[in-house]
Amino acid sequence: MSETVLPPLTERLTPLRWAYKNLFSTWYNALLTIGAGALIFWVLRGVLFWALDTAEWRVVVVNLRLLLLGQFPIAEVWRVWLGLALLALLVGNSLGIWGRKARGAGRVTIGLLVLLAALAIVTRDNPRLWLLGMAGLVGLGWYVGRSAGKAVERVVIAGWIIWPPVFILLLRGLSSASDVLPVVGTNLWGGLLLTLLLTIVGIVFSFPLGVLLALGRRSALPIVRWFSVAYIELIRGVPLITILFMAQLMLPLFLPAGMNIDRVLRAMVAITLFSAAYLAENVRGGLQAIPKGQYEAAYAMGLNGMQAMGLIILPQALRLVIPILVGQFIALFKDTALVSIVGLMDLVGIGKTVLAQPEFLGLQREVYAFISMLYWVLSYAMAYVSQRLEISLGVGER
Amino acid sequence: MSTKKPMITCRDVHKWFGDFHALRGVSMEVQQGEVIVIFGPSGSGKSTFIRTINRLEEHQRGDIIVDGIELSHDVRNIEKIREETGMVFQQFNLFPHLTVLQNITLAPMWVRKWPKERAEEKAMELLKRVGIPEQALKYPGQLSGGQQQRVAIARALAMEPKIMLFDEPTSALDPEMIKEVLDVMIELAKTGMTMLVVTHEMGFARAVADRMFFFDKGEIVESGPPEQLFKKPKEDRTKLFLSQILHH
Repeated sequence: MSETVLPPLTERLTPLRWAYKNLFSTWYNALLTIGAGALIFWVLRGVLFWALDTAEWRVVVVNLRLLLLGQFPIAEVWRVWLGLALLALLVGNSLGIWGRKARGAGRVTIGLLVLLAALAIVTRDNPRLWLLGMAGLVGLGWYVGRSAGKAVERVVIAGWIIWPPVFILLLRGLSSASDVLPVVGTNLWGGLLLTLLLTIVGIVFSFPLGVLLALGRRSALPIVRWFSVAYIELIRGVPLITILFMAQLMLPLFLPAGMNIDRVLRAMVAITLFSAAYLAENVRGGLQAIPKGQYEAAYAMGLNGMQAMGLIILPQALRLVIPILVGQFIALFKDTALVSIVGLMDLVGIGKTVLAQPEFLGLQREVYAFISMLYWVLSYAMAYVSQRLEISLGVGER
Repeated sequence: MSTKKPMITCRDVHKWFGDFHALRGVSMEVQQGEVIVIFGPSGSGKSTFIRTINRLEEHQRGDIIVDGIELSHDVRNIEKIREETGMVFQQFNLFPHLTVLQNITLAPMWVRKWPKERAEEKAMELLKRVGIPEQALKYPGQLSGGQQQRVAIARALAMEPKIMLFDEPTSALDPEMIKEVLDVMIELAKTGMTMLVVTHEMGFARAVADRMFFFDKGEIVESGPPEQLFKKPKEDRTKLFLSQILHH
């Protein structure tokens, strides 16, 4: 009979042994440990002391609505909440349906509920009600997705596709004469809301455009190939800020007098066109990694070029580049901060106006620390979700 | 001969890769239900030749007519011929992002426009025939080489082709898996399928081949029934090559 063989004593780590093995194994490791420890202590002490004692967070508290929504009219803020509530339902639904396959989806769901509840505790009045409602919708969506499963899958996918335009329509309004949804001009969109809108629109539109450009660059038709190459290389050779300047300052010179294109829309187009060029190159990298045999097998069984691409090549290529694409989307999210330079009131732009208030002069550290934290939290959330997605799709396992 | 009709007709087929003359006037007529074995040294053009039949390689001179359809630049003709022709590759080329079942049902559903139920029924029937129905829901990466190649054969058969092309189907397999694939191919040959097989498995050739073709330097050096080529080959090159692959 086989007996249980325990690993040697040295492999069974007590905290003390772990510390010895990893931190103090040699005299120079011990020295490094002590040095690094001292540095961490010193930095942390400084940061905490500033954050908890010196910093005047009142500037953020007083201007919170401005930082999050810009000058969006108070009477119409319910539209933003409604859009977010729909999003909460979709997220809950998706977690319920696909959560079974993805490890960690339970953790995401609970984390989301805790976050919404915590926010509800620190807020008051209407925001608190909306936040509690959103938590309820996440839970409800999760329950429906969990129990109905496949039956609602199509509805949820359709929901994800129509959510962005519905959200934008909600914000923008129907017409200036409308009683229910009067138009809110994009000059009033601002803060985190504008940053997120620029990001969402950038991702949603640059993705298909980038895929098309990647395919175009590999096309057998010379005209299509040349156009794709020229476009990609031109855009990649120019900084985003110059494209934004062109869109904001140069474009009006070429348009007939009296014709005006919305400034936010111009920024959205500029960001989309910029991002698409990089996305095309990333997708092309994925396409090149697919062996020739996959094309041959697809063609040999009678699939036409479009079917081979759409059913065999692209699904594999896109799966390969998910980590790179998420990295690019995170970069896009942060790059939208550049629109503040051309005068749009995104998170950074509104931060600058907050700092111009006479009452809060000289509080750059507080405002920029808060803005950075918002960026970090959202970037990290994107990275975390993408990691979960990679694991559940088995990227890097084959 | 009157009951048989030619399934594949190749006349004076030439193919260049740049300056390299890969096929130098290959002519061959294959009757319905014939099993053809093509062999020869590497670089002799044997793989290139069977790949011209379903247009994975384009020939630059000569005619290829498959089941009455002439291979030309007309995309419709090419697609029609590919629907009638199944191909099995040395490297299997299964689609790794799809399950075994999805690999097999893909072409019937998208090319033949069969409903899913019919395609899946056919796929399960074929998986039973190649002996691995229990693997239907696995991904190709979870199967052994021999199992993958049997799935590839099932996938090609799912389109109900009139011709099957095999491009060195056992060359990438571990020795203990070669037999399971050859058994499936022998069983298929006995059903009367028209088959073109590039292989050095002479046991397979002896068992089921109607005719054998020896390729060297882009030409057919010699052809005939297996017993003739094995017992009294006419050409020295054939003799030399057979002695090399049969006695090692």
